[in-house]
Amino acid sequence: MTYLAKPKFHHPDLPKNSLGFTHRDYEGTVSTLCAGCGHDSITASIIQACFELAIDPHRVAKISGIGCSSKTPTYMLGNSHGFNSVHGRMPSVLTGANLANRDLIYLGVSGDGDSASIGFGQFAHCLRRGVNMVYIVENNGVYGLTKGQFSATADRGSKSKRGFINTDNSIDLVAMALQLGATFVARSFSGDKAQLVPIITAAIAHKGAAFIDVISPCVAFNNHAGSTKSFDFVREHNEAVNRLDYMSSRMPIEVKYEPGTVEVVEQHDGSKLTLRKLAADYELHDRRAALGFLQHHAAKGQIVTGLLYVEHESEDLHAHLHTIERPLNALSEKELCPGQAALDKINASLR
Amino acid sequence: MPTATPISRVNDFVVRFANVNGSGSASANEMFARAILRMGVPVSPRNIFPSNIQGLPTWYEVRVSEQSHLGARGGTDLMVAMNPQTFDKDIAGIEPGGYLLYDSTKPLPASKFRADITVIGVPLTAICNREYSDPRQRQLFKNIIYVGVLTALLDMDVKLVEQLIGEQYKGKDKGKDKLIEPNIKALQIGRDYATLNLDCPIGLRLKKTDKVGNRIFIEGNSAAALGAVYGGATVCAWYPITPSSSLADAFTRHCAKLRVDPETKQAKYAIIQAEDELASIGMVIGAGWNGARAFTATSGPGISLMQEFIGLAYFAEIPAVIFDVQRAGPSTGMPTRTQQCDVISCAYASHGDTKHVLLFPEDPAEAFDFSALSFDLADRLQTPIFVMLDLDIGMNHRLSRPLAWDDARQYDRGKVMTTEQLEAGKEFGRYLDVDGDGIAYRTYPGTHPTKGSYFTRGTSRDRYAKYTEEGAPYVDNMQRLIRKFDTAKDLIPRPLQANADKPTKYGVIYYGSTAPAMDEAIAMIEARGHAVDRMRVRAFPFHSSVNSFVAGHDFTFVVEQNRDAQLRSLVVNECGIDPVRLVPINHYDGTPITARFIAKAIGDHLDALKIKPLKVVS
Repeated sequence: MTYLAKPKFHHPDLPKNSLGFTHRDYEGTVSTLCAGCGHDSITASIIQACFELAIDPHRVAKISGIGCSSKTPTYMLGNSHGFNSVHGRMPSVLTGANLANRDLIYLGVSGDGDSASIGFGQFAHCLRRGVNMVYIVENNGVYGLTKGQFSATADRGSKSKRGFINTDNSIDLVAMALQLGATFVARSFSGDKAQLVPIITAAIAHKGAAFIDVISPCVAFNNHAGSTKSFDFVREHNEAVNRLDYMSSRMPIEVKYEPGTVEVVEQHDGSKLTLRKLAADYELHDRRAALGFLQHHAAKGQIVTGLLYVEHESEDLHAHLHTIERPLNALSEKELCPGQAALDKINASLR
Repeated sequence: MPTATPISRVNDFVVRFANVNGSGSASANEMFARAILRMGVPVSPRNIFPSNIQGLPTWYEVRVSEQSHLGARGGTDLMVAMNPQTFDKDIAGIEPGGYLLYDSTKPLPASKFRADITVIGVPLTAICNREYSDPRQRQLFKNIIYVGVLTALLDMDVKLVEQLIGEQYKGKDKGKDKLIEPNIKALQIGRDYATLNLDCPIGLRLKKTDKVGNRIFIEGNSAAALGAVYGGATVCAWYPITPSSSLADAFTRHCAKLRVDPETKQAKYAIIQAEDELASIGMVIGAGWNGARAFTATSGPGISLMQEFIGLAYFAEIPAVIFDVQRAGPSTGMPTRTQQCDVISCAYASHGDTKHVLLFPEDPAEAFDFSALSFDLADRLQTPIFVMLDLDIGMNHRLSRPLAWDDARQYDRGKVMTTEQLEAGKEFGRYLDVDGDGIAYRTYPGTHPTKGSYFTRGTSRDRYAKYTEEGAPYVDNMQRLIRKFDTAKDLIPRPLQANADKPTKYGVIYYGSTAPAMDEAIAMIEARGHAVDRMRVRAFPFHSSVNSFVAGHDFTFVVEQNRDAQLRSLVVNECGIDPVRLVPINHYDGTPITARFIAKAIGDHLDALKIKPLKVVS
């Protein structure tokens, strides 16, 4: 159950990161999701990414909506504050939290029902605004907690566990994110941690709105033949455009790659992403091309994964608002209250 | 000669301008009101406008009252009828013996007028056509010309209007001040026409006095926004809706002046125009959770949309301030008309058992005070606080005592456990009532590496913020929320009571924008031979003095601006009072409540009670 804490003891030789924390310091309570759920793999990937980045475990704010995916912040980063808000409204709560304190890392965890249906508007507007965050959708194409109804990301023609065929067109959140101006857009698969962990790591280091759509099969309601979000289907149709290695600014690039097969992307914090290109013709910094590539492959039934778009000079909402560098929640009344002298002048101007 | 004696009064009358919106009349009309203020004579102007930008009828009413009656009075003594669409209705609204000023360019048959009023015709269109060739100038200067006419008719000090024109247009037109001279000329044209052709002054006159004092002239929304600046709000998330938009606009304006770092030019605030009201309140809650003072400004429909989030903030205990500038509902209702109709929907907002703190300011100065206070209350009580304004207070300029701030005042940030306290080993339970007041300690996210983190959720949880669906911890938590609500009673503004000169069995309860009309009505009620004690309720939950006030009178009238007697229902429900003892007096046609209405309603009731029994049983 969620309220059961995991035992704290661990193997004395467990590796430590540069802050001296082990992997276990980034864990939360025991998951209550179904055994084999893709979401648990994503949780593990987030934990791995935070460990590798050597983030202070309490400097993350985990915010979610409602649904299976939105429960997962309890299962990670137990020393961080978490906020399980209302259905589809994680983006607004995260935006407000980010405005209050720009110094924390904001992790928004959502699902396809939460983001593509009830919260589609908030999903769109927080990406438009460039809120500095990692927005992860754990996408299984189905409503799990209410037992298997199609979600808005379910592909047209796919079959539900009860045998219904979905006749509605699906929403591709990656295509939407590209159109809405997200400055870091990726898609991955919960069954491919080697791809997912560096993507999450790079997204945390990115300044601006980073969006990751993670296909995450629902073992209880959407893992059958006829589903396009099953483990088998995703493995068979996964079209990865690149493989990512993340290196913080402190690490020298040691790995040698074949010339012409690698692109190095430097982020604002000095960290570097090295991408091994799998699709030779894929252009990482071109929104329109990315959209075209997605649609071309979607028409063939393929699921394009990898880091799909990164903006070189990304800015975030605070830059747009010219807010002071110190967190707004740390300003004292001396800094906020203009005092009676200013009020006297205002009174005089109103006579 | 009119069949009724022309009204003859000094510094005590109502002028009403009937215009078409988008015709530029608003600034001329406002200048007229301000000029009277400069003469030391209190005025209370009201904009009566449609939900439209151009072409529909709009009125501007200026109540002149040396005695400082700032509520709406009802009736018009001088009608400046500039809108043919509403001409007949406007004439019907003139008091017997009143005056009509109209554009006589096209002569109207006598049947269009009333026999009991004085009709004053000025060929405004003809004058404008003669003086100006540009159509827009003809329109704009027509407004100034009729103000010029009024200065002569009412014996105003024209220099004061000229001074105001100078102030208003200084620096305009690319800094060349080119608009000042033609406006003063237009004013002179009107004044000269009146002096030469009309019987000036009329029975309504203005005379210089000193009754304005040091009071300021400000809209409630602007004052509330200033209160948010002074109260330390750093995050504002809002969605445009009449009549609250000008509150967020004013906050933006005030912050640009008062909250920008002089050296770096960086903003010590963040304002987001959200995609809807749900996102607005979501952002406010996110910011409040993270330790910033945050607010939204909205109106009834916005409150309806925010219901789910308000329940979350109540149950998860997150500070938030909501300004509800009320307008006539239900649904879209009358979006540009005033009411006090969201009292119940705010008091019990959201599903499940919820109760919220409401503040009811009576005027701009109190809107400033309560606004600043609301941020302390939200932090102290860790819950949403509603500041209940309405269109009448929010969107009209009101003469108000000067805004005041005590520089020694400290913000109350409530119970927030610090890194040091956690480090020292102080026990932290997010929902643990350590002080018995129902308020638990919270921590801001990111406070300590290993202590004090917790999970915030809308689901039930125990005292240590752990999820549970057990009955006992749920009830324990709900009971603590009630204790917290009781604690609020001693923190929020208390009711103000004013007793009649002689002992009386009757009381009256009122709140918010009803106050100025009530103050005026008391004298009218007394003139009918009745006495009432009065209590102005300033906040919900009700202080125990509300119970004792009702208990101390045979009957208590509850005067409010909605159909269903919403505050009365709250009193009945929360104070456990027999409804028979509370007599509802409800005004809800969308116009501001008037002293005449209140005095008549209460006077008629009390007259009826005076009937002697047929037989006295010994």
